[in-house]
Amino acid sequence: MEEVKLIGTWPSPFSYRVIWALKLKGIPYEYIEEDLSNKSPMLLQYNPLHKKIPVLVHGGKPICESAVILQYIEDVWPQNPLLPNDPHERAVARFWVQFAENKVPCIWRLFRTTGGEEQEKAKKESMEMLRALEEHGLRDKKFFGGDKIGIADIAFGQVAHWLEMIEDLVGVKLIEAHTFPHLHAWTKNFKQVPIIKENLPDYGEMLMYFKRARDNFLASRGPGM
Amino acid sequence: MAEENKVKLHGMWASPYVQRVEIALKIKGIPYEYVEEDLVNKSQLLLQYNPVHKKVPVLIHNGKSICESLVILEYIDETWKNGPPLLPQDPYKRAKVRFWTSFVEKELLENVLLVVRSEGEAQEKAIKVVFEKLKLLEEGLKDLFQGETHHIDGENMGILDIFLCSLFGAHKAQEEVLGVKFIDPEKFPLLSSWVTAFTEVAVVKALQPPHEKLVVVYQFLRQKALQPSAAEVEVKEGVYVRSLSRSHLPDTLI
Repeated sequence: MEEVKLIGTWPSPFSYRVIWALKLKGIPYEYIEEDLSNKSPMLLQYNPLHKKIPVLVHGGKPICESAVILQYIEDVWPQNPLLPNDPHERAVARFWVQFAENKVPCIWRLFRTTGGEEQEKAKKESMEMLRALEEHGLRDKKFFGGDKIGIADIAFGQVAHWLEMIEDLVGVKLIEAHTFPHLHAWTKNFKQVPIIKENLPDYGEMLMYFKRARDNFLASRGPGM
Repeated sequence: MAEENKVKLHGMWASPYVQRVEIALKIKGIPYEYVEEDLVNKSQLLLQYNPVHKKVPVLIHNGKSICESLVILEYIDETWKNGPPLLPQDPYKRAKVRFWTSFVEKELLENVLLVVRSEGEAQEKAIKVVFEKLKLLEEGLKDLFQGETHHIDGENMGILDIFLCSLFGAHKAQEEVLGVKFIDPEKFPLLSSWVTAFTEVAVVKALQPPHEKLVVVYQFLRQKALQPSAAEVEVKEGVYVRSLSRSHLPDTLI
């Protein structure tokens, strides 16, 4: 099998999407931690367009964008499939992956707010997004993938682990057991899956890292916002 | 066609997202029933089939709904294996096509819409961004085609062709309304020849609304964004745009 490398960063949820997929399928790979404040020539060579992580390099060929990487991994290594067999169910799974791409970023907009109208708007968008997950995505299933995790669960990993950190830093609570019973249970169940449990950034370290990032961002934005 | 195998597409004639799905269905030779939606008065069926976004296009097959144009295209490709493939077989080439399709959707389309919806300095800024993105796409196409001529006809349009087509098929109308030439053969030779090629494909030609109608659509989108308080104008124009439906009304402008 050709060599597989993953260029990522330890706090990034997008990096973890790829790690989870590779580990679930039992694909050996070399992990390379990137310093985004001092981007390596390798990253600039493999992802000249966006200069971002994650980048999967398979047999020397780079694949960029985590959603594209997930589909690539599924195409090349069909064992322990991340997508169901049935065409309609596959379409439903892909729909939710696209939803994750388009709608979940609102939690990061919330992350960057301090209060006022901006925060209210971001909070509202985030709640709407979570409501869609609760009522239409998850409904009464244990996982988005049914009895076991699939590509949509992986795509929503941010909501299971990183959102809690955002809630702590911003001082808002979005997911509660009585308002989002299924989603709340899902965040716990998802993190209990052995591959996920063994491959998550330490919460305390993550909190510290993102607090620093948020403080820097808010300081650079200046007062009065 | 047996009820179970029936294919229905809920759409709106001016929507480029819907056009993507129609091109794919026609290329694959899949018979379907088209249902025009009034997006101001959305049907119960649409709300039932797409409760999350309440948008078109929605494909109904075997009584089940599939939403989001890219998801629908992948579904079509996997379900109807006869007819030209919409994605390459090779996983690495598939990844490249998916990457550039995502680029067209998230980075090009978004910024073109920004140009439509802004004016003055904000618009100038948005135009600059579009040109930067087009330059990146031109480079990307060189890599994608690897020096081979990418010949497009009704037999080999894939998802990237379809996405680009739905964005720049209307480039002449965009030029007229915005006063900006995005598809410039001198700046972007590969992209321009590609756009010309796919607008000549019979299936695309048949589905493309006439130039004058597209001009009205872009003018309406611009008006709506720049004068949101002009509600009366919006309603009148909105009614007018909706009345310019697909084929059963006379093709004349007042």
